[in-house]
Amino acid sequence: MKHPLEDQRTTVYKVDPEHPESPSLPTLRTEEMMLNMGPQHPSTHGVLKVVLALEGERIVKAIPVLGFLHRGVEKLAEDGTYQQFIPHTDRLDYICAMYNNFAYCRAVEKLMDMKLPPRAEYLRTIVAEVQRIIGHLFWLGTQALDIGAMTVFFYTFRDREILLDFFDELCGARLTTSWYRIGGVERDFTPDLIEKLRRFVDYFPPKIDEYVTFLETNRIWLARTKGVAVISAEDAINFGLSGPTLRGSGVDYDLRKFEPYAAYGECEWSVPVGKNGDTYDRYWIRIEEMRESLKMVRQLLAKLPDGPVMASVPSVTLPPKDKVFNDLASMIQQFKLFSLGFPAPKGEIYCGTEAAKGELGFYIVSNGEGKPYRLKIRAPSFIHMGAFDYMARGYMIADIVTIFGTYDIVMGECDR
Amino acid sequence: MHPVAEKIQQAFPEAFRQAVEWRGDLAVQVAREHLHAVCRYLHDDPGMDYDYIVHVSSVDWPDQPERFEVVYEFYSIRRRARIRVKARVPEDDCVVDSMTDIWKGADFMEREVYDMMGIRFRNHPNLVRILMPDDYPEGFPLRKDFPVRGKGWRDTFPFLGEKTI
Repeated sequence: MKHPLEDQRTTVYKVDPEHPESPSLPTLRTEEMMLNMGPQHPSTHGVLKVVLALEGERIVKAIPVLGFLHRGVEKLAEDGTYQQFIPHTDRLDYICAMYNNFAYCRAVEKLMDMKLPPRAEYLRTIVAEVQRIIGHLFWLGTQALDIGAMTVFFYTFRDREILLDFFDELCGARLTTSWYRIGGVERDFTPDLIEKLRRFVDYFPPKIDEYVTFLETNRIWLARTKGVAVISAEDAINFGLSGPTLRGSGVDYDLRKFEPYAAYGECEWSVPVGKNGDTYDRYWIRIEEMRESLKMVRQLLAKLPDGPVMASVPSVTLPPKDKVFNDLASMIQQFKLFSLGFPAPKGEIYCGTEAAKGELGFYIVSNGEGKPYRLKIRAPSFIHMGAFDYMARGYMIADIVTIFGTYDIVMGECDR
Repeated sequence: MHPVAEKIQQAFPEAFRQAVEWRGDLAVQVAREHLHAVCRYLHDDPGMDYDYIVHVSSVDWPDQPERFEVVYEFYSIRRRARIRVKARVPEDDCVVDSMTDIWKGADFMEREVYDMMGIRFRNHPNLVRILMPDDYPEGFPLRKDFPVRGKGWRDTFPFLGEKTI
């Protein structure tokens, strides 16, 4: 039987330009198709639009259209004191708010040339690594969910919830934490929190094996991650990729090892490095990083030193909260710091921190006033999006979700 | 002076302006006509080997004769060294050479600098706005003469009054 639309199909006889007289085979008319993906798409993790040029199901070109979440954070920074910018950093990468606080406070401390008490450094490192586990759990769940493996999502979110409750007890917020301060941290761990963290460190390793079993026995998931979104080490460096995306290509670039800061130099751990530079290797790195983070947390908890959690530089750091309403000098200090800020010396610094997604850096120019003259955020998600077109070309349209997922992208940080 | 800065001075005596080392960061200022050549040297020379691009940024100094400053930051993964290369650009001719032919990652970073500060990059493959809307008519938001607040639709509401909390 004849198909009802058969007569209407366009059949075009192409003429071979080199032999115009010879009849060529009939071919179907093909043309490039433009397709908008987003800005509202569940796999973009925020609002991101991608204009895809397709040839059949192959991606010829993928143009990311950014800026839907642009809030002008860098401009806002120029309007407030150094302390006032800390809550803004929470809203950059809202999955890993602690890391943004950490990176920003480190940058200001480098500008002010401050030394922190050891307990503060230890607490910072522990919380940062816990935040890394949260970030990777979130990535693992959503990445698998985007591809279609739904089960893992529920399990990772179950464990992420334990850690978010931990943050809740630590600072009163689950996501937008603002726990770090310039010169230390806002408050100390209670013995109860330390006990909870110890229990988590013992509880968690079998759970990681559980996720691995879920995913690595899933043939569909393996087929959709192995050999997808491949980038060579040379290209990855040239594009400025960082974090697991770069390490997946076999470059052991990790600022925690290269420029050891906080308490990273005081515990034993290693940097997992991939080989093939595909999504599967990046997944493996993130799994291994969770194990390494646990190792670090366990070691640091065991030798947590005593002492203050805030450096005592009255012109820069905040006084202890309980003193503010009882002690005149502390009250004046608090008032001055929040109304005028502290004057930073003239100069400029760049300080990069290895966050869960990559190198999160702050470039601060100070002209000697209480506000940053210019503050530039080096956001890993933004720079990863720069390589998106290059990495997406030639893959099938179904793979685009994997390629998004491979960076662990968060648009709040990308658009700032 | 820092040995890397010295080498740059020897290789490009006419381009070198000054080198500052502060808080462990090395910053070298060069003339903008030679910025591309200096960066090419930093990338290609085996003794330099700055293969990783960290960020591209810009600073606005409205009171100074050469108003804008373009800032490139590079890292050498092998040598574990960092360098910041800067060039000054006047307002009436704010153009520098693009680094996209050396570091592919410079593409998006330079577009952001153009979008925010209005500095143009010669030979850039696609120099259009990236974070702001394509047809944004009101200038470049990170310039110092662009106000932080009080510009936009919200100000047309009379009931908001002059007091803002």
